[in-house]
Amino acid sequence: MEVRINNIRKEFDRFAALNDVSLNIASGELIALLGPSGSGKTTLLRLIAGLDFPTDGKIFFGDEDASHHSVQDRHVGFVFQHYALFRHMTVAQNIGFGLKVRPSASRPPKTEIKKRVSDLLDMVQLSGLENRYPNQLSGGQRQRVALARAMAIEPRILLLDEPFGALDAKVRKELRRWLREFHDRTGHTTVFVTHDQEEALELADRVVVMSQGKIEQVGSADDVYDRPQSPFVFSFIGESSHLPVEVKDGTVLFQGEPIGLSEGANTAGDLFFRPEDVVLTDESQALSGKVTACRRLAGTRIAEIDIANNGHAPFHVEVEVPLHAPVELGAEARFRPTRWKIFNK
Amino acid sequence: MSDNRRTFRNPADESLVTKILLVGLTLVFLAFFLFLPLVSVFVEAFREGWVTYEEALVEPDAWAAIQLTLTVAAIAVPLNVIFGVAAAWAIAKFEFKGKAFLITLIDLPFSISPVISGLVYVLLFGSASVLGPWLKTYGIEILFAVPGIVLATVFVTFPFVARELIPLMQDQGTGDEEAALSLGASGWQTFWYVTLPNVKWGLLYGVLLCNARAMGEFGAVSVVSGRIRGLTNTMPLHVEILYNEYNMVAAFAVASLLALLALVTLALKTLLELRFGAGAAGGRH
Repeated sequence: MEVRINNIRKEFDRFAALNDVSLNIASGELIALLGPSGSGKTTLLRLIAGLDFPTDGKIFFGDEDASHHSVQDRHVGFVFQHYALFRHMTVAQNIGFGLKVRPSASRPPKTEIKKRVSDLLDMVQLSGLENRYPNQLSGGQRQRVALARAMAIEPRILLLDEPFGALDAKVRKELRRWLREFHDRTGHTTVFVTHDQEEALELADRVVVMSQGKIEQVGSADDVYDRPQSPFVFSFIGESSHLPVEVKDGTVLFQGEPIGLSEGANTAGDLFFRPEDVVLTDESQALSGKVTACRRLAGTRIAEIDIANNGHAPFHVEVEVPLHAPVELGAEARFRPTRWKIFNK
Repeated sequence: MSDNRRTFRNPADESLVTKILLVGLTLVFLAFFLFLPLVSVFVEAFREGWVTYEEALVEPDAWAAIQLTLTVAAIAVPLNVIFGVAAAWAIAKFEFKGKAFLITLIDLPFSISPVISGLVYVLLFGSASVLGPWLKTYGIEILFAVPGIVLATVFVTFPFVARELIPLMQDQGTGDEEAALSLGASGWQTFWYVTLPNVKWGLLYGVLLCNARAMGEFGAVSVVSGRIRGLTNTMPLHVEILYNEYNMVAAFAVASLLALLALVTLALKTLLELRFGAGAAGGRH
């Protein structure tokens, strides 16, 4: 099911949680809504589900205007952050709930419900746990019961709110892979909310980066990581440092001095670069600063460098240095970004 | 490492003397203020044997008082269950203006004297009021009749169920309800299959307390009932009348029934807590 979100605005007590947000989701896509808390990502998910209604704008499911349809009429599968499993019902009763509450005309017979439940349990690999209660399950198992329960109503789209938020790191990784396989197997249009960029980049076909009620960028993992379109995306995704620069006659100047980079138009702005997109150099036209710390980070070594700022607090940047040749603390390091972007002030 | 190793004691633990003192004090207090009076009620009731006890209970006025008390509780408790669930639902699941004020209002019967609660109804429905004579022209008697007693009892007991449910429902939030709705359940189905089961132990506990108070209420009821023997006398009122007539055995016989009710309530509550763990009064996992 294709979903189109047109110019959505959502206010809570005059506070705009979402401001003119538009997004097209293709059928069968796996989309991540990524952003810090307060960015409006969960609000957007709840609007798609019909758990909240937009102040302005429209939401289309295919060609159908669903903006004012109730959550019951939208047929969406929603997996809640803390699963919201019914604690007084067994796993089987939880999964069968959506079928049991159907009006008698469209309600499948009991034997049919039972079969569907057992098929779904198979699908989420929890066969044999039918008669357990939610509090007898591990976090990962609860998560999968919640997913099976949402799938039981044959939803048109699947929405997940921080699906791995409450799990420990190892289970989180396993479930992440498992969810990707599950999505590829069932082909449901899926939207999930996360604040964990690693999760979003690894799992989603496209990542929607949000901040302060707006969409900053939509794109594949490569797009948002390699070609960030705004200072927010550049600093929110991955590691980065930034310095104030000017561009004059095609040359990038930092504190009035050329640093060996060239750029087209004359401008003043912030130069952004990632620690791994930097080379150490001996040339005179380069950035230079004092190494204040050097730490090992998984397969890399990161040097923290302070660049003097005319008596003000120094600029702090992080630069990747070769593993086999650590830089000395207190020494001067000269370096130059190999990939960078200047955002206008 | 120092040598003066002491046996480890939990920081929240107290010395033996303190423990004995605290436990002892509590027990003495309980024995003196609760156990002793309770025992004396039964001792006094059975002073002249089982036959006299039985006769005191089946005596027509006493029997009428028992029936009236049961009737009043049978009306007041369901009314307060409906009101309590509705109020708790509204307060816990919706956001609206004046919520804090509503909670304060619900607590009102706790904070004012029961006698005042009764007087309010006398003012509302008495012969000097507007409502009373008007209703009388239609043949409806409120004061000094069963409706007045029911009204006063409902008023006095109405915080019990709501008070028990509000914190519980607030704590549970609306996640489960949203889940049920997203799975296609109607509002009524959501209430019946999800909300109610989630609060059932809290509700039951509230009903027990509400019932105990409904049967035991004296002050408010005594103002509105008029104490017509065999007609508008509830058990607590009847006990007082018998006592004032120096009919000790009969007074304590009826009183023992009320005491028994308290004991049964207590036993049921303990049973609930035993069976469903510490969460019985709370109902979460």
